[in-house]
Amino acid sequence: MLIIGCGNQQRSDDAVGILVTEKLRKLGIRADICNGGSAELIEAWTGAKDVIVVDAVVTGAPVGTVQAWNIRETPISVAAPPSTHGLGVAEAIELARILDRLPVRLRIYGIEGRRFAAGGEISPELDFAIDEVVRKIIEDLRGNNECSSPPALLGCGPGTRD
Amino acid sequence: MTGRAAKTIRVETLARVEGEGSLYIKLVGERVADVKLKIYEPPRFFEAFLRGRHFSEAPDITARICGICPIAYQMSAVHAIERAFGVQISPAIRLLRRLFYCGEWIESHTLHIYMLHAPDFLGYADVIAMAKDHRALVEKALRLKKIGNRIMQLLGGREIHPISAAVGGFYKVPTKQQLRDLREDLEWALAASLETVHWTAGLEFPKFEQDYEFVALRHPNEYPLNEGRLVSNRGLDIDTAEYEDHFVELQVKHSNALHSVVRGRGSYLVGPLARFNLNFDKLPAIAREAASDARMRPPITNIFQSIVVRAVELVFACDEALRLIREYEPPAAPRADVHNRIGVGQAITEAPRGILYHRYALDENGMILTAKIVPPTSQNQKRIEDDLREYAGQLVAWPIEEATWKCEQAIRSYDPCISCATHFLKLVVDRNEI
Repeated sequence: MLIIGCGNQQRSDDAVGILVTEKLRKLGIRADICNGGSAELIEAWTGAKDVIVVDAVVTGAPVGTVQAWNIRETPISVAAPPSTHGLGVAEAIELARILDRLPVRLRIYGIEGRRFAAGGEISPELDFAIDEVVRKIIEDLRGNNECSSPPALLGCGPGTRD
Repeated sequence: MTGRAAKTIRVETLARVEGEGSLYIKLVGERVADVKLKIYEPPRFFEAFLRGRHFSEAPDITARICGICPIAYQMSAVHAIERAFGVQISPAIRLLRRLFYCGEWIESHTLHIYMLHAPDFLGYADVIAMAKDHRALVEKALRLKKIGNRIMQLLGGREIHPISAAVGGFYKVPTKQQLRDLREDLEWALAASLETVHWTAGLEFPKFEQDYEFVALRHPNEYPLNEGRLVSNRGLDIDTAEYEDHFVELQVKHSNALHSVVRGRGSYLVGPLARFNLNFDKLPAIAREAASDARMRPPITNIFQSIVVRAVELVFACDEALRLIREYEPPAAPRADVHNRIGVGQAITEAPRGILYHRYALDENGMILTAKIVPPTSQNQKRIEDDLREYAGQLVAWPIEEATWKCEQAIRSYDPCISCATHFLKLVVDRNEI
């Protein structure tokens, strides 16, 4: 299983994907970081069959809410208002689907973020969310987790690119 | 009621640029009454963040300002600090830095040409919609970008936010074989770049010729990347250390970003068009011929044709990378000795979107006292407004959706990296009748 944490550590809550990766590594679990755009993410999962991506999202849920989606099954909307930063995770998924470059199994853990300003602190609510996602990924590695289809609107944090 | 129609073009969110911002244009009758490119978010966070840091941290910190052009930030930072300390780098390091920069140009120009700007010309909302009908173009773009990333990864240690560049050289340099391993990919990339010139030259461009002051580096022997004097088509010819004597940043009420102008003259243009027009004679023969075949001869004064010039520069970057790989001999040491001293150093390098100025003042312990960074997009920003003031006048009679689309296309011609300029920008277009 390939685990990829997306985001940008200079952009407040957008750091969560990377912080999850760092925590997993401390536990001896291999995880990659992608702080590039769509093309880099597609490259990162090329050749992998079973992939987990962790990123900050904006869906309107309370800050720190963790949501899990099995992206392979249902198209997601990429009309997310905050995505003005070129091309991000949501775009990568839909572009890869068109180009037949989606992994056989792709699960997204989205952590609801609130602020994405340069140089800002991470919202305190996200500390619990990071631990929750780490626990869920460990369960995934054991083969225990179910997750839902994605919502109509999935907005990835604006700092996927800086 | 005056009998004259007042219309406002407003685009809330400018897509396919790096960052967030908004544009507001007000038309009264046939006249453009107001153009405001609005910028949010404090632009000077990184300059403040650098103060009190050791000089050796500057390349890594500044590389994080932009996910698209980290090499540009690193290169301007190391050159400026080397100038302050009087460090001389070896020819092999100079070569590697140039190759490093070629990787970034390949990556960034490909992203912009195919994934951000092509949808404008082909009539798609974005690259995802475009990929459904033009799969081969997108596949080509992904492969080209990957080759640029490979160069950046080899020299930088990792592809985004590279960490190997240092004041004096690199922490680690590649072997000859590691560079040779890039050759096959780059030969494919060169062929793909030539196809890109041909393809972009066949696109339709709005008629929009403007009288620009082009500003770019110029080097006596080569197409500019890391070094050169700063020149313009209006007689500017200065050492990069004199930049602040000739250019000034103005506070603008409606924007967090500063507007950069040439003292006594006004807006100016940096980036591919400026480089091409001022350095056509320094392009390698293969790029000059590709440009000539595409009927692109300097001076090009239509900003919409930047996409073709970017493709010509893609040819240059691939050809130059191949030449550098052929000539590479590993240096005796990966970096020069660096002895810090009190001083001020300035540098300008050519980021994919245009010149990037850095200045650092350093104390006796090598700590940064002050930092000044002027990114290419903030230098082009006033010129974007000037162009839109002119261009919007041509769009008065157009339906709102098309006028909006055209304004966005015009802005994307600059490949604005709004994250760099301001760290966020949005574009808004409105139209009302009174």
